[in-house]
Amino acid sequence: MHQLWLIPALPLAGFLVNGIFGRKLSKPAVNAVAIGSVLLSFLWVVKTLLALGPLESAYTESYFTWIQSGIVNVGFDLAVDRLAAVMLLVVTGIGLLIHIYAIGYMSHEGGYYRFFAYLNLFMFFMLILVMAANFLLLFVGWEGVGLCSYLLIGFYFLKKSAGDAGKKAFVVNRIGDFGFSLAIFLTLVTFGSLDFGEVSAKAATMSPETTAGVVTGICLLLLVGATGKSAQVPLYVWLPDAMEGPTPVSALIHAATMVTAGVYMVARAAPLFNLAPIALDVVAFVGLITAVLAATIGLAQNDIKKVFAYSTVSQLGYMFLALGAGAYSAGIFHVMTHAFFKALLFLGAGSVIHALEGEQDLRRMGGLRSKIPVTFLVLMCAAVAIAGVPPFSGFKSKDEILLAVHAYSPWMFWVGVVTAGMTAFYVFRAIFLCFFGTYRGKAHPHESPLVMTLPLGVLALLSLGGGYINVPQYLAPVFGQPNVDHDMTLVAISVGAGLAGIFLAWLFYVVKPELPEALARTFSAPYKLIYNKYYVDEAYDALVVHPLRDGSRSVLWRGIDAGLIDGAVNGTGALARSIGAGLRTMQSGYIRRYAAWVVLGSIVVVAMVTFLGGAR
Amino acid sequence: MPSEFPIPLPNLPLPDAVPLSWYLILSAILFTLGVAGFLFRRNIITVFMSIELMLNAVNLSFVAFSYHLKSVDGHIFSFFVMVIAAAEAAVGLAIILTVFRNRQTLEIDEVSSLKL
Amino acid sequence: MNLLDWLLLIPAAGFFVTLLLPRNNPGLVRNFTLGVSLIVFLMSLGLIGPVMENPGAFDREVNVVWIDTPMIRYHIGVDGLSLWLVILSTLLTPICILVSWSYIQKRVNEFYAFMLLLLVGVVGVFVSLDLFLFYVFWEVSLVPMYFLIGIWGHEKRIYAAVKFFLYTMAGSVLMLAAIIYLYNKTGTFDLPLLMNMIATGRLAMSPAEGFWLFLAFFFAFAIKVPLFPLHTWLPDAHGEAPTAGSVMLASVMLKLGTYGIVRVCLPLFPDAARDNAPWIIGLAIAGIIYGALVAMVQPNMKRLVAYSSVSHLGFVILGVFSFTQAGIDGAVYQMLNHGISTGALFILVGYLYERHHTLEIADYGGVGTVAPWLTTVFVITTLASVGLPLLNNFVGEFLVLQGAMQVSFSYAFFAAIGVVLSAVYMLWMVQRTFYGETPEPVRKHVTDLNGREWAIMIPLVVLMVWMGIGTKNFLPPITANNQKTLEMVLQPGGALNATAAPLVKESAHAR
Repeated sequence: MHQLWLIPALPLAGFLVNGIFGRKLSKPAVNAVAIGSVLLSFLWVVKTLLALGPLESAYTESYFTWIQSGIVNVGFDLAVDRLAAVMLLVVTGIGLLIHIYAIGYMSHEGGYYRFFAYLNLFMFFMLILVMAANFLLLFVGWEGVGLCSYLLIGFYFLKKSAGDAGKKAFVVNRIGDFGFSLAIFLTLVTFGSLDFGEVSAKAATMSPETTAGVVTGICLLLLVGATGKSAQVPLYVWLPDAMEGPTPVSALIHAATMVTAGVYMVARAAPLFNLAPIALDVVAFVGLITAVLAATIGLAQNDIKKVFAYSTVSQLGYMFLALGAGAYSAGIFHVMTHAFFKALLFLGAGSVIHALEGEQDLRRMGGLRSKIPVTFLVLMCAAVAIAGVPPFSGFKSKDEILLAVHAYSPWMFWVGVVTAGMTAFYVFRAIFLCFFGTYRGKAHPHESPLVMTLPLGVLALLSLGGGYINVPQYLAPVFGQPNVDHDMTLVAISVGAGLAGIFLAWLFYVVKPELPEALARTFSAPYKLIYNKYYVDEAYDALVVHPLRDGSRSVLWRGIDAGLIDGAVNGTGALARSIGAGLRTMQSGYIRRYAAWVVLGSIVVVAMVTFLGGAR
Repeated sequence: MPSEFPIPLPNLPLPDAVPLSWYLILSAILFTLGVAGFLFRRNIITVFMSIELMLNAVNLSFVAFSYHLKSVDGHIFSFFVMVIAAAEAAVGLAIILTVFRNRQTLEIDEVSSLKL
Repeated sequence: MNLLDWLLLIPAAGFFVTLLLPRNNPGLVRNFTLGVSLIVFLMSLGLIGPVMENPGAFDREVNVVWIDTPMIRYHIGVDGLSLWLVILSTLLTPICILVSWSYIQKRVNEFYAFMLLLLVGVVGVFVSLDLFLFYVFWEVSLVPMYFLIGIWGHEKRIYAAVKFFLYTMAGSVLMLAAIIYLYNKTGTFDLPLLMNMIATGRLAMSPAEGFWLFLAFFFAFAIKVPLFPLHTWLPDAHGEAPTAGSVMLASVMLKLGTYGIVRVCLPLFPDAARDNAPWIIGLAIAGIIYGALVAMVQPNMKRLVAYSSVSHLGFVILGVFSFTQAGIDGAVYQMLNHGISTGALFILVGYLYERHHTLEIADYGGVGTVAPWLTTVFVITTLASVGLPLLNNFVGEFLVLQGAMQVSFSYAFFAAIGVVLSAVYMLWMVQRTFYGETPEPVRKHVTDLNGREWAIMIPLVVLMVWMGIGTKNFLPPITANNQKTLEMVLQPGGALNATAAPLVKESAHAR
C-alpha cells in the first residue's frame, strides 16, 4: 500500500481546518495550513511515483464500497497509471506554485481564509478526478471541481456580475454533466461495470457489431460532458465570464487544471473512443471549430484576462483536435505545457493587474516594460512558448499535435496552422499593448512582491524548458506509439505561422499603432462581430434562457398550475359550494317554510303511492 | 294484528247512518284547515291553534278507525295525542307568553334570531 | 409490549399529557415534548440492530385482535423498508420542536401536542401491517397537520389547510373503498397475509379488478406524494404552514405516499403495477421537469422549495416504477435524502423568516455578508439538494437514473434534465438571497445562527455527508427488502406463473 488516499486527503484537511477555523486564524496560519497541505500532497505524489517506479500498468488501491445495489457496484478506488502520474504532477506542482502566488495576490482581499479553503477543496476534488479508478468517482471529482469553480468565480459575491458568472459556469457545466452522467448510466448498463480497467477489457472483447452503436453513443455523451467542462463549442460561453474570479483562480482552475479535465476524461476513455471512429471525428471537429472560433474572438478583446481566456478556449480546442486525431499523448502533452505557460500568462496578467491596482483594460496600459521588468520578462517567456517559437515548450507540444493532425486530415492541419498564427498574434498584441508604447493609465505601477514573482520565475523556466519532458514517449504504454511523421516542412510551416503572427502584432501595435483602428473601421462589420463574440451569449439568452423562464412563468405556472389544475380543483370546490348554496335556500330557518316542504313532500309521496301504485 | 281488549266489548247495534268515509273526510278537511292555518297565518297563537286543529283532526280519524275496526288501539292513541296536546299547550303558551314579553310581537316571522 | 408499541404509546401519552400541562408555562411544555420526542428517537435507534440482521422479515412484530367483527388486527412490525423512515420521523420530530422553540408563541400546548400526535400518526403508518390500521393511522396523521397549517400558518392558512385536507381525503376515501372491497373478497385486512395469498395464487383478481383496486390505492398515494398533476395542494400547504409544519410535511408526510406505493400497491397488485408503469413514469418525468421549471420562477422561497419537492419526488416514483433493483433502492434512498435535505432547506428558510418576516426572495440579498455561517449551511444544503456527489441526494438520483436507464434510454434522458434544472432554480435563489449588496433592512434584521439553530443543523449536515459517502451503512436493509418486493412484482403468482420473465436481468458483480 502506498496510501494514495493521502494525496487528496491532505488538501481536504486543509480545507476543513481553514473552512471551519479560518476566521479565527491569523493570515500566516491560514497560509501555513493551505500551502502546507498542498506542499505535502505534492511531496507525497513525488514520493509515491518514485516508489512505484516505471508504472507499466495501473496501480490501484481499493478503500471501501461506495454504492452497491443491483447492477451498481462502485467502490471508492484510487488508481495511478502513467497518465494519472503526469496529471498528478501538473496539478499538485502548478497548484502549489499558484497557492504561493496567491499569498501575495490576495494579501489585501477580504475573505482571505475562505479563498484558501476553496482552493484546497478544489485541489481535493481535482486529485480525486485524476486518481479515480472508475467513471463514477471521476464524476465525483468532476462535479466537485465544478462546485469549487462556482464558489471561486463568485468569490467577490458582492458584485452581481461575479454571482451571475459563477451561476452561469455551474449551470452550463451541469448541461455537460447531463451528458456525462447519461454516458455513465449507459456504460454501466452496457458493460456491467464502471471500472476503467474492466470497461476497456470488456469493450475490447465484445464484438464490434454489438458495441458499435452503443459505444458511439457513450462516447458522444462523454464528449457532451467534456465540452461543458473544457469549454468547447457550444458550451464554451461560461469560461470567459469566469474571469470574474480572482486571477490565481483563473490561472489554476480556468487555465491550467480544471478545464483540461475534459481532455483527461476523453483520454481516460480512449479505449472506448478507439472503438468509435465517428465519435473521434466529432471530437476533432468540435476541437477545430472551438480553436478557430475562440482565436478569432481573442483577436479583438480589450480585457487582458478575456484575451487569455479566449486563448485558453482556443488551446483547449487544440487539445480536442489532438484527441480526435487519435494523438492522445500529444493532447496530454499539450495539457501539461499549456498548464505551464497559460498559468504563467494569467499569473503574469495578475501581476500586471496587481501593479495597476485592479486595472484590466489593455487600452489603459502600455509602456510597463521598465516599470515592472520581472513581470514583463516572465510574460515574454510565456508568450514565446504559446506562440510556438522553437525550442520552447509550446512549440514542442503544438508541433506534436499538428503533425498528428496532418496524418489524420491535411485540411485540418492547415486550419490549425492559421489558428496558431492567430494565437501568436493576439498574445503578442496583449504583450505589446501592455508593455510597449507609452503608459495610458492613471495608477502608479509597482513591481509585485517576491512571493508572487518567485512562482512566476519557476513557471517561466518550465514554459521555456518544459517541452523537453518527453511526455508522449512516457505515455506510450498507455496509448501506444503516436503515429507521427516528423516532416521538417510541416514543422517549418507551423513555426512560420507563429512568427508571422508575432511580426504582424509587432507591426500593428508597436510600429504603426494607428493601423488597427483603421482596419477596424474598414472591416467594421466583421470586427463588430468578433468584438461582440459572435453574439453567442445574446443568442443563447434569446433562444434558451428567456423562453424557458418566461414560458415557465406565464405558461406553466400561471397557466397550467394556477389556471388549469388549480382551476379544476377550486372549480370542484366551487361547484360543491354552489350546489350547497342552492340547497341552502330550502333551509331558510322559517319553521313554516319547513312545514310547507313537509306538506309538499307528503303530497308528492301520497301522489306517487296513489298513481304509481308504490304501496303494492 | 289488532290486540284484543281483555273485556269483550258489548255488541252494540251499529248506527249505520254515518259511514266511515264521512268521518275521514271531515278529518281530512279539518287537517287541511290546520295545515293551511299553520302555513299562512302569521300570528303565533293562530299558528298554535292550527296545530291543535291538526292534532284533533288526526284524533278524529283515530277514533273513527278504532270504532270501525272494533279495536281499542285507536282510542289509546287518541288519548296519547290529547295528553301530548295538553302538555304542548302548556309549554307552548308559556313560550308564546315569553316571546311576547321579550319582543312585544306575536308576528311569527319576526322571531328569527336563530336563523342563519 | 415491545419497542414498537412503546414508539407509538409514548408520544400518544405525551400528546394527552401536553394538553393537560399548565397553559401559563410554555417553557415546561417545550422541554417536556422535546424530552418525549428525544426519548422516542433514542428508542427508535434500537430498531437498527435487529433489522440490519434480517432486513427481509418483519421485526418486533405484534399481532393481536383489535376489533372482532370485522376482523381488524393491531398488526405492526418493522422491516428494511420502514426502518429508516421510522427513524427519519423520530429524528425530525425533536428537530421540529426545537425549530419552533421561539417561533411558536400562541397556543403552545396545542402546538407541541399536535407534533407528538403527528409522530404517532406517521410512525403508525410506517409500521402498520393491517390495512385498516394503516388507514386509521393515515387519517390520524392528517388531523394534526391540518391544525398545524390552519392555526399557526401565514395569511392564507385556512385556504391552504382546507385544500390540503380535502385533497388528501379525496384520495384516502378511495383507498378506504378499495380496502373494504379487498376485505369483502378475502375476509382479511392483514397485509402479509394478503401478500401471501397473492404469491400463492389463493387470491386471484381479474385484470379489471386489479386495475381499479390498484388505481384506488395509487390515487390516494399519488396525491400524497404528490405526483404531477395532483400536486397543487403542496405549494399552498408549504407556503402557509409554519416552519415545523413544512418540515414534517415535506420530510415525512410526503413519504407516506411513496411508502404506501412500495408497501401496498406493488405487492398487492403486481400485474396492474407493471401494466400501468409507462404512464405513471410519464407523469413522474413530467413532474420532474415541470416542478423544476415552475420552481425556477417562484418569487416565494417556500413555494420554490415546495415545487422542488414535486420534482424530487418525481424521481422517487420513477425509480419505483422502473422495477429494477437500482431504481427502487434509489427511490427508497431518495425518500430519506429528500427528508433530510428538503427538511433542512425548510428549516433554513424558516430561520430567515424568523429574522426578516418575509418569504419573498426579492426582499433579501446579501445575506452572506451579515450571516456567513447561515449562508454556508444553506449553500451546503442547496448543494445536497441539487445532487452534488458525496452528498446524499446524489446517491439516490444516481441509482434512480441508473434504474431508469436499464429500462429505457429516454426515461433517463428526460429525467436527467431535471437534475440540470435543479441547479438552475436552487442556485438562482441562493444568488438572489445571499449574494450581492446587503439592503438596509436585511442588515438590520438578519443575524447569524445561534446555538439552538446550530444544534438543529449539525445533525442534518452530518447526515447529508454521511448518507452521501457511507451508503453501505444505510442501503443494505433497503436493498434486501426491495429484492423481495421486486420478486413479487416481477414474478406474479410465484410458482404458478413462473413463466413470466423478469423485465430486466439483474447481474450481481462480486467485487
